[in-house]
Amino acid sequence: MDASLKIVIVDANPIRAAILEDGLKEAGHVNVTRIADRTGLLARIYAIDPDVILIDLENPSRDVLEQMFQVSRAVKRPIAMFVDQSDTASIQASVDAGVSAYIVGNLQKDRIKTIMDLCISRFNAFSRLQDELERAKSALEDRKVIDRAKGILMKAKNLTEEEAYALLRKTAMNENKKIADVAQSVITAAELFK
Amino acid sequence: MTKLRIGFIPLADATALLVAVDKGFCAAEDLEVELVREVSWSNIRDKLNIGLFDAAHLIAPVAIASSLGLGHVKVPIIAPFGLGVNGNAITVSPPLYRAIKEAAAGDLSDPMVTARALARVVTERKRRGDEPLTFGMTFPFSTHNYHLRFWMAAGGVDPDEDVRLVVLPPPYMVESLQNKHVDAFCVGAPWNSVAVDLGIGHILHFVSEIFARAAEKYLGVRQGWAEENPDVVLRLVRAHRRAAAFVEQEQNHEEVAALLAPPNRIGVAPEVIRRTLDGRLKVSPEGVYRSDPDYLLVGRNASARPDPRQAAWLYAQMVRWRQAPLSAEMLAAAKAVCRPDLYDAALPEKEPAAAEPADGIGAFAGPAFDPNDIAAHLATWPAHA
Repeated sequence: MDASLKIVIVDANPIRAAILEDGLKEAGHVNVTRIADRTGLLARIYAIDPDVILIDLENPSRDVLEQMFQVSRAVKRPIAMFVDQSDTASIQASVDAGVSAYIVGNLQKDRIKTIMDLCISRFNAFSRLQDELERAKSALEDRKVIDRAKGILMKAKNLTEEEAYALLRKTAMNENKKIADVAQSVITAAELFK
Repeated sequence: MTKLRIGFIPLADATALLVAVDKGFCAAEDLEVELVREVSWSNIRDKLNIGLFDAAHLIAPVAIASSLGLGHVKVPIIAPFGLGVNGNAITVSPPLYRAIKEAAAGDLSDPMVTARALARVVTERKRRGDEPLTFGMTFPFSTHNYHLRFWMAAGGVDPDEDVRLVVLPPPYMVESLQNKHVDAFCVGAPWNSVAVDLGIGHILHFVSEIFARAAEKYLGVRQGWAEENPDVVLRLVRAHRRAAAFVEQEQNHEEVAALLAPPNRIGVAPEVIRRTLDGRLKVSPEGVYRSDPDYLLVGRNASARPDPRQAAWLYAQMVRWRQAPLSAEMLAAAKAVCRPDLYDAALPEKEPAAAEPADGIGAFAGPAFDPNDIAAHLATWPAHA
């Protein structure tokens, strides 16, 4: 692995940037800089003089990086982007994962590919983590709502907990809704009758 | 129903697209559109190029650059519909406004007066050894870049040597002016109005004062996709033409502004969007208003019919500012982005082309633009005076 390769990560999300940096370091890239702040972005990049710039696709500063393609006295050397018309599969994969790369100078294609594959897998891992977190959060919310609705039904209709849950489930099935949605309706209705 | 994914940037000139979808004009053409709000022109371009989007709200020069393979991979894009003509403005910081006002010899609404005043300000700053002024624009291949350059160069300012032009995403323009990272910017609505409302900017010019007509945004599709889906293209044009006509009715402005206000659309107060639609903008923090019925055209006066002369003019700017070589093939390819033939084919009634301006551009300075003679344009307007 070429340890001397200078890599910059432009990402406003510190957790994702850290995950990516870890991955790059594990792969032997010690020269990694993270930039989270968007002010003076180009000046910082010129100062670092990186070989590879990685940026997430949710970042509006991508358009700022495009300015580096322009011939101007501020640019030290031309920059080519890693979008090779012949390799649509990896473009698709990187866009799906939400990451994009800019390559400075003449890096070999297979070395770029190794870095891109790593980015894609780390970005995907991050979004899986985020999905799981969201799902766990929403499951917890659902359970709270269902518990409250059960309590209301038990009191209002004099049911046991099992009966209250069975009623919610049956209604949900009949109306083709989620149990949590039916439970929410019960809570809303109960608020109205207060 | 034909399912389509269309990308857009939250700007007022996406109005025809947003209304076409949200008011059901697309559904009436049996098109089920998923709108995807994007954060950068790079994303829009890449997602359109690789087929993640079927169509996109596209800044006109990006469509041309993509078709010519400038700065990026070559993917031919065509525009069967123009989403907006004009709509940009140049906003300057209060100190720069004062400096221009003091240096101006004449009416500040005259772009030549302000451009010459800017040249004097620039000379004075150089004499004092101050940092060069910094101007924000949205993309290297952007109308904003070319509008700023055309205006200041006409007054004798060299955009590459005398000032700094930097790319800024539109949502960052206002805070950059506030933090004094830029002294001025050129951007579309609503960002100029947002800066004026915050008391940190003066709208110096509507771009409609610099050019009578300047193509701004296209509804762009890949040429290959259009060839495979000719019927869908025509239905898209029809839906958008009806939406544009709806937007241009003054009695609908309130409803349209409310439709565009939510965070998943443009995400600013309806009143601010309303100013753009009405062409009546607050231009100074003290509450001075300026009106121009042509501030933004959404279909009115044949503005939705793509005009190859506009594409030729934009290509001429790319050559002037050394983003592209001059060649007959490239000029032809740039013009071919605009497809008035598809626009005409989609609509039952022919729309007469706008009579004014005669050259289709109507720049505030210089001779009439000849879309077949880019060399003449470049001879009038060299990159460096």
